[in-house]
Amino acid sequence: MIKRVTFRHKWLPYALLAPQLLITLVFFIWPASQALYQSVLRQDAFGLRTEFIGFENFADLFADPTYLSSFHITLVFCLAVASISLGFALMLAVMADRVIKGATTYKTLLIWPYAVAPAIAGVLWYFMFNPSIGINAWILRTVFGYDWNHTLDGGDALLLVIIAAAWKQVSYNFLFFLAGLQAIPRSLIEAAAIDGASPLKRFWTIVFPLLSPTTFFLLVVNVVYAFFDTFGTIHATTNGGPAGATNTLVYKVFNDGFIGLDLGGSAAQSVILMIIVVSLTVVQFRYIERRVEY
Amino acid sequence: MVENRPWLTVVSHLVLIVGIAIVVLPLWVALVASTHTGRDLLSAPIPMWFGSHGVDNYRQMLTSGMEHVSGQPLTLMLFNSLVMALSIAIGKIVISLTAAFAICYFRFPLRMTCFWIIFITLMLPVEVRILPTYEVIANVFTPLTRLLELFGFEGDEIVIAGLSIRLDFSMLDSYTGLTLPLIASATATFLFRQFFLTVPDELTEAARIDGAGPMKFFRDILLPLSRTNIAALFVILFIYGWNQYLWPLLITTDPSYVTVVMGIQRMVNVADTEPQWHLVMTAAVLAMLPPVLVVIGMQRLFVKGLVETEK
Repeated sequence: MIKRVTFRHKWLPYALLAPQLLITLVFFIWPASQALYQSVLRQDAFGLRTEFIGFENFADLFADPTYLSSFHITLVFCLAVASISLGFALMLAVMADRVIKGATTYKTLLIWPYAVAPAIAGVLWYFMFNPSIGINAWILRTVFGYDWNHTLDGGDALLLVIIAAAWKQVSYNFLFFLAGLQAIPRSLIEAAAIDGASPLKRFWTIVFPLLSPTTFFLLVVNVVYAFFDTFGTIHATTNGGPAGATNTLVYKVFNDGFIGLDLGGSAAQSVILMIIVVSLTVVQFRYIERRVEY
Repeated sequence: MVENRPWLTVVSHLVLIVGIAIVVLPLWVALVASTHTGRDLLSAPIPMWFGSHGVDNYRQMLTSGMEHVSGQPLTLMLFNSLVMALSIAIGKIVISLTAAFAICYFRFPLRMTCFWIIFITLMLPVEVRILPTYEVIANVFTPLTRLLELFGFEGDEIVIAGLSIRLDFSMLDSYTGLTLPLIASATATFLFRQFFLTVPDELTEAARIDGAGPMKFFRDILLPLSRTNIAALFVILFIYGWNQYLWPLLITTDPSYVTVVMGIQRMVNVADTEPQWHLVMTAAVLAMLPPVLVVIGMQRLFVKGLVETEK
């Protein structure tokens, strides 16, 4: 926690901490406490009168079918993004771990999407799936006879943002999986090979179980990413629509609070999101402590 | 490789090539589309090979931008993004370095409280506190005036030594507003704290015996030792800053402060007509270029930064 040898000074440590603390208090702690405070109040349309209403805002939220459907959409979205990008990245990492020739080139070609902003990723896939001119929509129509239209069909729209969000996260997962694979002792795999286990059997009985700490860690990171960092992907492409089909929780907080100006309801949604982040962070930290022992 | 299975090696290469094709396809389509005219992109299937209008498209976007959407040239947006990315990266590194130094190398009252206050920021991303943060940006003194109200002071003016100070300062539509609220960082503080804990105590003892004060020790010993960590973190934070979306969206209404990542959304969401895709893709390529070049050019630092910020 602290160094054995320390310095002594009356005010210097406070001066060194001041910028970070000031920004944290003004831009983090204060707004968060305001959200907590406003979530138990009701304000009239002109902001003239406020009254304390306890948990009524929360009760309203959970009685609201659009909020419940937003919860449902967010869950589907998170699970789909996490499983697609994890599965795809694991497959590529296993292959990249096997090959010797060209390994660095493959790696370079796979990591760059990390640098693409979620909003730009959304726009790129939006263009590829554009119903009239997009190359993917065209292939779907001419080869599979499927009429793709994410501006009208909610399922198509959700799939579009899932693909765009998963695509961007593949590089991150790939790097961590590759590092995890390279940390597995070769002797274990060689021993299994000598005993006659096929590559597939070796993967499922040795590699995959030994990789599980990495997989679990990545799962948490991916869920957090899908929850919070994909606002740009959705806002730049589907705008939460059509008919709320891609209205995730974070998008809804923005929309209700910033566009719809519903103070209490937006604050209550913020509080629920905070609870979700806190629990995800706790899971992540408890897990990381265990990883050290592993 | 454990054993020689030629067919498996071929399959591995095939899977990798197909995987990379899927990953690279959006970039390819964007690059190709940015070299065509709007008319070439009117009907499916659109061309998959480069056209001849690349120079025109890029010149138009860089110098004049897209006419019906505020018409800001992309050079300005790119400049705004660069200012934002650099200020966030440098700001975060500076205040985290000093904060981590204070927490590791000093014993003082409320040390753990300060540590926990910083730690909490990890759990409060912008996305969960959109409205109240906006209020603070609209008037940075909001927290102060509210606290003064609690103690019985009313109004937004305070008088100190005959000088009246109006407590009203808006950060909307400014570079300060774009960057300052984002530079508090628990992750960077943790990273430096973690690193400082591995620095041998003998160095500190030697410095103290030679009569060096804390700031001299910080400048001449700790900073040079942290050079690689700072560089690795810089790569990650630059990308983080460049790719910010929600924050600039909330606090900028003046088109001259629009960043490129957020400006593209205005070009896509045009009412009633199809977006001008050739220009949108030109803008997308320009917006991707700087962070992608940083990742590819500084691959080693990037991987190091990525692994360490997640520890």
